[in-house]
Amino acid sequence: MLQGSETFLIRSSEDVVLARQQVRARAIAQGFSLVDQTKLVTAASELARNTLQYGGGGVMHVEVLTEGVRRGVRLVFEDQGPGIPDVSQALRDGYSSGGGLGLGLGGAKRLANEFSIESSPGAGTRVMIARWR
Amino acid sequence: MERIPILKMGNYLLVTIQVDMHDRLAMTLQDDLTAKIVTHHSRAVLIDISALEMVDSFIGRMLANIAAMSRVLDAETVVVGMRPAVAITLVELGMPLKGVRTALNVEQGMALLQTSLAARDREDAPGF
Repeated sequence: MLQGSETFLIRSSEDVVLARQQVRARAIAQGFSLVDQTKLVTAASELARNTLQYGGGGVMHVEVLTEGVRRGVRLVFEDQGPGIPDVSQALRDGYSSGGGLGLGLGGAKRLANEFSIESSPGAGTRVMIARWR
Repeated sequence: MERIPILKMGNYLLVTIQVDMHDRLAMTLQDDLTAKIVTHHSRAVLIDISALEMVDSFIGRMLANIAAMSRVLDAETVVVGMRPAVAITLVELGMPLKGVRTALNVEQGMALLQTSLAARDREDAPGF
C-alpha cells in the first residue's frame, strides 16, 4: 500500500546530503534498526551521486511502504541523462565510467532488498530500491 | 569557504569530522590534510569519524586516499571511532578500507600512532 510519495531535486552535492537526510528521517519513522537505516541511507547516497554525476542531475522519489505488518521505504532515482549503454556491465563491481570506484550501482543493489534499473542510451536512467524493516 | 578544521598538536594532525560532508568538502579536507602534513612536517594523522552516521564509497575513498598520501609523505594515518552500523554497511558495500589503519577510539588511536612512530625512530637510529 502506498502512503504517498515525495520528490526531491538532486542538482548539487549539497542536494545529495539533503537526500540522505530525507531518507534517514523516513527510515526512522518506519522503525528501521540503526543498521537498516545506515544501509538504506548509504545506498541512497550512492544512487543520488550517480544521478548527479552521470545523469547530470535529476530527482529522488521517496515512498513509505506498508504491507500488513511490514514497513519499508522505496526510493526511485530518475534522470534525463545519457543513459547506460550496458546495464549489466555497470552493475559489476569495479566498473566505472566516471573515475569512481565503480561500487555505486552494485553496492546499492547489495544494500537493498529490492532493486531494479531501466536505462537506455539517450533516454535517461531510472533506478528503484526498496528496503524493508 | 566551508572547511573541516585540522588541529596541529606537536608532530600530529587531528581531525574530527562532525558534519555530514558533501563531496566537495571531503575533497577539500583531503587536499588540506596533505598540504598541512608537508608544511608542519607532521608524522601522524588521526581522523575521528565517531560522529559520522554514514560512510559511502566516496568518503571511504577519501579516507583511503588520505592514508595512502600521508604514507607517501612519510606520515601515518589512523581512522578512529567508526560506528558498528557504518562498519557493517561499508563491508557490504564492497569497501573494507584495506590499507587504512583503524582504532576503536581516540585514545587507542593515539597509542597505536605512538607505538608505531617509536618503532620507526628505533629503526632510523644509528645501530651499535
